[in-house]
Amino acid sequence: MTTQILTYLFVGASFVLYIGIAIWSRANSTKDFYVAGGGVHPVVNGMATAADWMSAASFISMAGIISFMGRDGAVYLMGWTGGYVLLALLLAPYLRKFGRFTVPDFIGERYYSKAARIVAVVCLIFISFTYVAGQMRGVGIVFSRFLEVDVTTGVIIGMAVVFMYAVLGGMKGITYTQVAQYCVLIFAYMVPAVFISIMITDNPVPQLGFGSEVNDGSGLSVLEKLDTVLLDLGFNAYTQGSKSTIDLFAITAALMFGTAGLPHVLVRFFTVPKVSDARLSAGYALAFIAILYTTAPAVAAFARLNLVDTVHNTSYEQAPEWFNNWEQTGLVGWQDKNADGIMQYSAGEQNEVEIDRDIMVLANPEIANLPGWVIALVAAGGVAAALSTAAGLLLVISSAISHDVLKQTLMPKITEKQELLYARIAAAVAVCIAGLFGIYPPAFVAQVVAFAFGLAAASLFPALLLGIFYKRMNKEGAITGMLVGLIFTFSYIVYFKFVAPELNSAQNWLLGISPEGIGFIGMLLNIASACTVSHITPPPPKEVQGLVDNIRVPAGAGLAPTH
Amino acid sequence: MAHQQHTDKGQDRSLDVQKEQASISQENLKGYWQANLSLLAQLLCVWFAVSFGCGILLADWLDQFSFFGFRLGFWFAQQGAIYIFVVLIFVYSWRMKILERKFGVDDDEVTK
Repeated sequence: MTTQILTYLFVGASFVLYIGIAIWSRANSTKDFYVAGGGVHPVVNGMATAADWMSAASFISMAGIISFMGRDGAVYLMGWTGGYVLLALLLAPYLRKFGRFTVPDFIGERYYSKAARIVAVVCLIFISFTYVAGQMRGVGIVFSRFLEVDVTTGVIIGMAVVFMYAVLGGMKGITYTQVAQYCVLIFAYMVPAVFISIMITDNPVPQLGFGSEVNDGSGLSVLEKLDTVLLDLGFNAYTQGSKSTIDLFAITAALMFGTAGLPHVLVRFFTVPKVSDARLSAGYALAFIAILYTTAPAVAAFARLNLVDTVHNTSYEQAPEWFNNWEQTGLVGWQDKNADGIMQYSAGEQNEVEIDRDIMVLANPEIANLPGWVIALVAAGGVAAALSTAAGLLLVISSAISHDVLKQTLMPKITEKQELLYARIAAAVAVCIAGLFGIYPPAFVAQVVAFAFGLAAASLFPALLLGIFYKRMNKEGAITGMLVGLIFTFSYIVYFKFVAPELNSAQNWLLGISPEGIGFIGMLLNIASACTVSHITPPPPKEVQGLVDNIRVPAGAGLAPTH
Repeated sequence: MAHQQHTDKGQDRSLDVQKEQASISQENLKGYWQANLSLLAQLLCVWFAVSFGCGILLADWLDQFSFFGFRLGFWFAQQGAIYIFVVLIFVYSWRMKILERKFGVDDDEVTK
């Protein structure tokens, strides 16, 4: 069988699986739709959270980004995993005890204010749509590269599948499909990683192979060889960073606090039965995530080394087969500047080889000469990563609309049945908007990824944290804090990314912090202004203080009202 | 009226709270919360030390040591911090379970 047919078969079979699960786990009540009935086992929830979290960017792009950033790529590795420690220790158990359906639910009740709820909804929708646009695009790209259909068709097929299980099954359908998607994506990521590790170091465990000697008899370790080779070509050494320490610190912090404040991740912890399950579940989630996140930097190093070895100073006639295959997609390119028929790869002017970072994962099976079924598996894994994240995001958008905007604010009289119908309609509309973003990607999508994390760190995270740990925090303080954090972070990013992109360099940045890391400063401003304002305004009412006491005690989560 | 219904639920909720908190003494609640905060502080110190500390601030200095073929600072930044994060959450989960039994605020009996 050709790779093409195998790919159709694998991707098709995975779709049948997802839709089958969706039909089996239809939602019958709003509780099913919003929080999967609240009875999900912590391991199952951990796996679903891992799939929810690991997006097309984690699966396809992250190893490639690290490959070209070298040491500085650690900001993503630590930032996107360290946030789970904050989530497990500071937020998840308390939100589970609170026991409602959405993140704005908590903010609205804790700060006894519709205004606070609406500010939270605005943050949530902005964060989630930014994110989801990239996912649908990811689906389209995988389809167009592996199945040779155009991006639009790919996006429409992806939309149809997400539509089936998100609209029909709600959180319940999404949870169980995400478990299947996790299995597909982690298998698809690990198989090529293990093979490439064996190929370069003879060690089958990529995490260890990463530190082992290269098996070419040079006696150098992978990282030593990579440093030597890259320095020769005029690049920075792989193990030396180029970002300033303060910027590394701020970016890592913004990603960590942002991760802990992402609504589609937080809401997953509303689905487990008990408070202790929420803590345990966060541990499982991070363990499942860590499998991919500790493999990615190994893949990054192997792929960069392999790339230089096979491409640099090779005549174009003898270029490896994968190079020619991927040249057609425009992801790699060669321009014979000195007309010698030989590909020269280096830093600076005389470089002749252009490489898109996404290729590091997508072309890995071909670079390592793996059989067709592995290539098909990677395609199915990329689609699984993108679909699982897209579905989780679409669900929080639709529940924010049907629950927080309609039921709790505009139309309190609707019945549960009507609310469920509105939730489905909102999910359907959100899928279509996300699809449009995928087909006509706004040019700024790649530019605004920093937004999602920066805004979550500067707006939602402090409001949740203070709501749990600082009983004196009142609505005036929380709303001021969210607005200060949001406006400051938003303006800083917009200024450097869109208004004056020519000034976007270290000497113009505030304290040397790039727009990617500014969410950290936004968070500090949020906390400072919230505490100041709450001190000069009246304390929250007695019932709210009672609510804070209540969420701090694990006992009784099963009794929490379910609407 | 749905809004009315919502307030009723709110009352049910505060009744639940009263019932459940009546069975747990104030000292226990306070002791539990203090113990929780001190555990959080310890674990967050480790969290900070392995990521921002070893992975960023001290990384250059740690690079002089070799660890399984890696420079130590690099290993913390790209591998070690992540492993320790996972361990931290499980340790927290385990220690909290012990604390909750000790102060009688465990959530086991309630969910049947």
